[in-house]
Amino acid sequence: MIQVIRLHKSYPMGRRRLEVLKGINMTIGSGEFVAVMGASGSGKSTLLNILGLLDTYDSGEYYLNGDPIWELSEKRAAQLRNRHLGFVFQSFNLIPFKNAMENVALPLFYQKVNKKKRNAIAMQYLEQMGLADWAHHLPSELSGGQKQRVAIARALITRPAVILADEPTGALDSTTSREVLEVLRGINQKGITILVITHETEIAAMTDRVVRIRDGVIYPDDAIVTEEDPLRNDKLPPGEAV
Amino acid sequence: MGNFGDKFGEILHNIRHHKLRVLLTGFAVSWGIFMLIVLLGAGYGVENGVRRAFSEDAVNSLWVYPGQTSKPYLGLRQGRYIQLHNADLEDVKAQLSAVDLGSGRVYMNSEKMIRFGDRASNFDLVGVHPEYQQIENLRLLQGRRLNLRDLDEVRKTAIIGKVVARELFENTSALGQYLYINQVAFQVVGVFHDPGDERQEETIYIPVSTFQRVFTGNDRIHNMAFTISAADVKAARVVETDLLKLLAARHRFGIADERALFIRNTFVEYKRYMTLFANIRSFIWLIGIGSIVAGIVGISNIMLITVKERTREIGIRKALGATPGAIIDMILTEAILTTVVFGYLGLVAGIGLLEAAARLIRNVDYFYNPEVNLAVAFGAMALLVVCGTLAGIFPARRAAVIRPVEALRDE
Repeated sequence: MIQVIRLHKSYPMGRRRLEVLKGINMTIGSGEFVAVMGASGSGKSTLLNILGLLDTYDSGEYYLNGDPIWELSEKRAAQLRNRHLGFVFQSFNLIPFKNAMENVALPLFYQKVNKKKRNAIAMQYLEQMGLADWAHHLPSELSGGQKQRVAIARALITRPAVILADEPTGALDSTTSREVLEVLRGINQKGITILVITHETEIAAMTDRVVRIRDGVIYPDDAIVTEEDPLRNDKLPPGEAV
Repeated sequence: MGNFGDKFGEILHNIRHHKLRVLLTGFAVSWGIFMLIVLLGAGYGVENGVRRAFSEDAVNSLWVYPGQTSKPYLGLRQGRYIQLHNADLEDVKAQLSAVDLGSGRVYMNSEKMIRFGDRASNFDLVGVHPEYQQIENLRLLQGRRLNLRDLDEVRKTAIIGKVVARELFENTSALGQYLYINQVAFQVVGVFHDPGDERQEETIYIPVSTFQRVFTGNDRIHNMAFTISAADVKAARVVETDLLKLLAARHRFGIADERALFIRNTFVEYKRYMTLFANIRSFIWLIGIGSIVAGIVGISNIMLITVKERTREIGIRKALGATPGAIIDMILTEAILTTVVFGYLGLVAGIGLLEAAARLIRNVDYFYNPEVNLAVAFGAMALLVVCGTLAGIFPARRAAVIRPVEALRDE
């Protein structure tokens, strides 16, 4: 589903360039539930932004669902995001002046689905999340856990192949965090690939596989490494200690 | 595009949730267009008022009133009264080619008792040449004008103003009836009105020849009126001077004697007013364009702030699949919708105020029927919308290049 090979990304920092990703190799199969773990500054958010087509990379290769992703126009990237990807953020990123139902329905607006239809679909997803009674409440009237479930419903409404979750539990207490992870697991069991970024071991432990990232490179962990895995076949980046 | 209504709904939703901001933007627009309309309307009001004041006369006329000499001249003492005669009129018409129409005026020093049947009233009675009816711009309601045969045959015919007809004849037709002036019967041949002057409508005109024979017994006239052909103010001044020289020679007074003869040149006055109006109108447009530009800058500024304020929202929308085009569309449509709605409100308010003013301010000199050309109003609005769009493009483009990564970054 997701394959990246020797992915490099750097940002200008004054005169020099700060290298954030130094040759990432990673493969995530369809239907996997994977955690990407790393400390802050390790490059995990940058990786997620690139995977989510929100940012570009300098060199390497990225295949999403088998399609090469390189030098997309902004318009094309927006369409691919809309069709294939769902996002869940640490700070929920709900639009404050729209109620829960309207927030969930928003991605369908950009697919030109009419209002009646998209609101009906949004209601179905809110029901799945157990939030039907809260459909007409503004985000400010919801608890953190409820907000995140609204955000998950919004990510699901376009029936994406992949859900990218950036620290989805970062703003939640441990009980609520577990609940959210359970929701994600339920979604994963319906065949949707899920990539969770986190720095909490506890959260990572609730996924099926953990990929560790440090200083812009991936460390092999308890991943089930297959024969095709580029991690095994390719030379590891220089300077890397196992 | 079936999605249009839906897109509109989304934008209305946005506007509803930023009421104060939209209201502030809108007010600038409304105010700009309101001021322009009111200023233009007031300008036209003054212009219409002055035009009305002029419409009683032909705008290219010279009026000659004799006075009293204030300087000795060629051995003649000062303080002589100048008296005009029929011959003066004939001489002016014969010698000055720029003079088109000409008429003498002769009248009683007091109002005359005019009688019809058992009704009687006081009205002005004036003896004139037939050409006077064009100079004074009299509009015939019934019957005919006085003509040359009336003059030559010294007929006892009269044309009467609308008010005279109403008061003496009430509901019956005045045409063909005889009214009595100092026991002398005159036949009414025409009824006129004068759009510019109600006083005219209380006047009775009879041929100057008849007046002189019946009431004065001489060939004196009190004053004279002419129309002239003049391309510009300078030419009108030349005619005026020629006329003065001619009459000065005939009556033997110096042309520098300012009290011997008074000449009122309506062409010069009219042109002076028209120049003034042209200037006022340019000034109003200058102010109007200024206030519109202020409105545009206001929109652009507030939209920029809006975009900044909504950076995160726009980032979210983009992450969820909004293309840059969709974002531009959203911001622009919002700007245009705001401009159109509030511009229209300002337009309606401005026109409403002018209507009210037109109704309340009726009998004020030099102010009449303030109005604004609808084409101008809508033209100004179209301009405002176009400029609103231009003003919206800059913020919209800024919104379009917002990078979701930066917009969504958690602090």
